[in-house]
Amino acid sequence: MSSPVQGAVGPTTGQSNAGVNPAAAPTRRGTELLLLGFAAIVVSAALMLVEANQEQQLTFRIFWYGLAFLGLFGIAHVAVRRFAPYADPLILPCVALLNGLGLVMIYRIDLAMTEVALRAGKQINNDVPRQILWTTVALGLFLAVLVVVKDHRTLTKYHYTFGLVGLVLLALPALLPSAIAPTINGAKIWLKVGPFSLQPGEFSKILLLVFFAAFLVAKRDLFMAAGRRVLGIDLPRARDLGPVVFAWACSLGVLVFQKDLGTSLLFFGTILVMLYVATERGIWVGLGLTLFVGGAVVAYKLFTHVQQRVANWFDPLATYAQAGGGYQIAQALFGLGTGGVGGTGLGAGRPELVPLANTDFIAAAIGEELGFIGLAALLMVYTVLALRGMRSALAVRDTFGKLLGGGLSFLLIMQVFVVVGGVTKLIPMTGITAPFLSYGGSSLLANYVLVAILLRISDAARRPQTGSRPRPVPQAPIAEAHTVMVERPT
Amino acid sequence: MQLTRAGFLALLWLFVLAALRVVRSDLYAASGLRVAVPGFRKSVAGKRGKVPRQLVVTHGALAGTRITLDGRPILMGRADDSTLVLDDDYASTRHARLSLRGTDWYVEDLGSTNGTYLDRAKVTQPLRVPLGVPIRIGKTVIELRS
Repeated sequence: MSSPVQGAVGPTTGQSNAGVNPAAAPTRRGTELLLLGFAAIVVSAALMLVEANQEQQLTFRIFWYGLAFLGLFGIAHVAVRRFAPYADPLILPCVALLNGLGLVMIYRIDLAMTEVALRAGKQINNDVPRQILWTTVALGLFLAVLVVVKDHRTLTKYHYTFGLVGLVLLALPALLPSAIAPTINGAKIWLKVGPFSLQPGEFSKILLLVFFAAFLVAKRDLFMAAGRRVLGIDLPRARDLGPVVFAWACSLGVLVFQKDLGTSLLFFGTILVMLYVATERGIWVGLGLTLFVGGAVVAYKLFTHVQQRVANWFDPLATYAQAGGGYQIAQALFGLGTGGVGGTGLGAGRPELVPLANTDFIAAAIGEELGFIGLAALLMVYTVLALRGMRSALAVRDTFGKLLGGGLSFLLIMQVFVVVGGVTKLIPMTGITAPFLSYGGSSLLANYVLVAILLRISDAARRPQTGSRPRPVPQAPIAEAHTVMVERPT
Repeated sequence: MQLTRAGFLALLWLFVLAALRVVRSDLYAASGLRVAVPGFRKSVAGKRGKVPRQLVVTHGALAGTRITLDGRPILMGRADDSTLVLDDDYASTRHARLSLRGTDWYVEDLGSTNGTYLDRAKVTQPLRVPLGVPIRIGKTVIELRS
C-alpha cells in the first residue's frame, strides 16, 4: 500500500500539463448521464407495470414521474459534474436505479396495504410520499457533502471529533428516555423528532468509519512494528491499540444492549476488514473470526432474542405460530418460492403478506415479483456499486482514501449480504435495511452520505495529477543556468 | 402480461450489462495505466515477464547507469531536474521523454537540437520502444530491459 501508485502521473510532466489532456483522463460524465437516463427508463417501466397490474389508471402521469425522477438525479449529476468532475460514472446511476426501484416497490406495497386496510375499514398512512421526501432530502445532503468536502483528506483533521460524535450518536437512543427514544420492533435505536423518527446509528457508522480509517493511517507503522510477539502474532502495543479496541467494544456493547444485532455485525465486519487492509496481516481476520464466534456463542447464551433468531433460522416453520417466531421468515420464503425463477411480475404478487415488507424484507418482495432473475440483477447492481468503490480505493493515491473507500464499499456490500442473507435464510435474520431500496429515512440519508464520500474518493483517484513532481525544481542561479546548445558541427 | 414481465427483466439486465460494459471499458483507465484502447488484449496475451523493468545506458559518459522503471515518465536532457541527467555536448536541456502508455513505453523528442534516434530512425513523433532497441541521444545510447 505504501508503494507509489504506478502510472499515476501518466504521460504528463510538471512543465507541460497546464491543460489536461482529455484523451488521457476522460471524465466520463456523458456515460453517467446516459446510464442515469437508462435508470429512469427502467424505473418508469417498473411503475407502469405496477399500475397496469394493480388496475390503476394508466395515465400520462407516469411519464411525469419518470421525468421528475430523472430531474432529481439530473441535479445530482450536474453537481457531480461541477464538484467532482472525475468521479466514477457508475456509482450514481446504480444508486439511482436502486433508489428508484425501491420507491416503486414501496409504492406497490402501499397499494396493497391500503387495500388491506380498506377491507378492514381502517385508514393507514402511505409510506411512499415520505420516502420521496427523504430521497429529496438525502440528495440535498449528498450535494452538501460534495460541496463541503472538497478533498476527502480534510476529514482526517477531525477524526477524533467524528469518532466521539459517532459514539455519542450511537449511545443516544439507549440513554434517552423512552418518550424521545421509543422501542420499536424490539430495538431501542430510534429518536423521535416531531413526526419523523431517525436512527442515529446509521450516521455513526460512517463517522466511526472515518475515525477508524484516519486512526489506522496515523498509527499504521506502530501497529506493524512496535509490539510484543505472542504465539507468533505481532500484537501492537496496548496504547496504540487502545482507542480502536475502546471504540469497537463501546459500539458493540451499545448495539448489543439496544438489541440491534444487524448493525453490530456490520460494525464488527467492517472494522475487521479495515484492520486487515491497513496491516495486510491475515491473522487479524483469523483473530476477528475467532472473537466473532466467541461473541456469538456468548450472545446466544445471554440473550433470549438471539436464541429466538437462531431458532427461527434453523426452522422457521417450527416457530411459525409463536410471537416473534419464524412467521416472517417463513412468509418471505413462501414469497420467494411463489416468485420462482421469473417472478410473478411487478404488481402481481402478494408481498404484503410478509411483515415489514417495505423495510427489512424488501428483498423478499422483489424476489417474489421479479423472481430470481430480477433479484440477481439487483444484487449485480449492488456488486457493481461496491466494485467501483473498491476500485477507486485501489486507485486513489493516499492511504486514508484507500482505507476509507475500501471500508465504505465493504460496509455497503456487507449490508446487502446481511439483509439478503437473512431474508433468504442463509444466515440468521438481523434487522437491517437494504441500502437505497428499503423504506427508511435515516438509512437513505446515511447511504447517500456514504456514496458522496465514495464519489469524492473516486474523483481524487481518477483526477489527473497536476504539478505533482516528486521534488520541487531547484532554480539555478542565472549565471549557472544551462545554455542550450544551438549547433555544433560534427 | 407474460411479455411485459420478461421484457422488464430483460431491461433490468440490460442495465447491468451496460454498467459492466463501462467497467470493462475503463478496466485500466482509473489508475491511469491505460490510455490507448487496444492495450487490453495485448496485456493479457502472455507478455508477462517481458515487461520493461529498467532503463540501461549502454554507451556514452553514463554507460552502466540503470534506472528502474516505475511507471512515471522519464525525462532526459541536461537540465538537472531530468530523470536522466545527460552530460553530453550533443544533448539539449530537455531532450527526450520516455513515458508509459498502457503497457508500452513511448519515446518522444522534446524539440531537441540534434534529435533523438530510435535504432536508426529519427524520432519525430512518439514511437513505441520495444525491449532492447537502442535509443540514441548524442553519444549516449540507452535501452529498455526487462
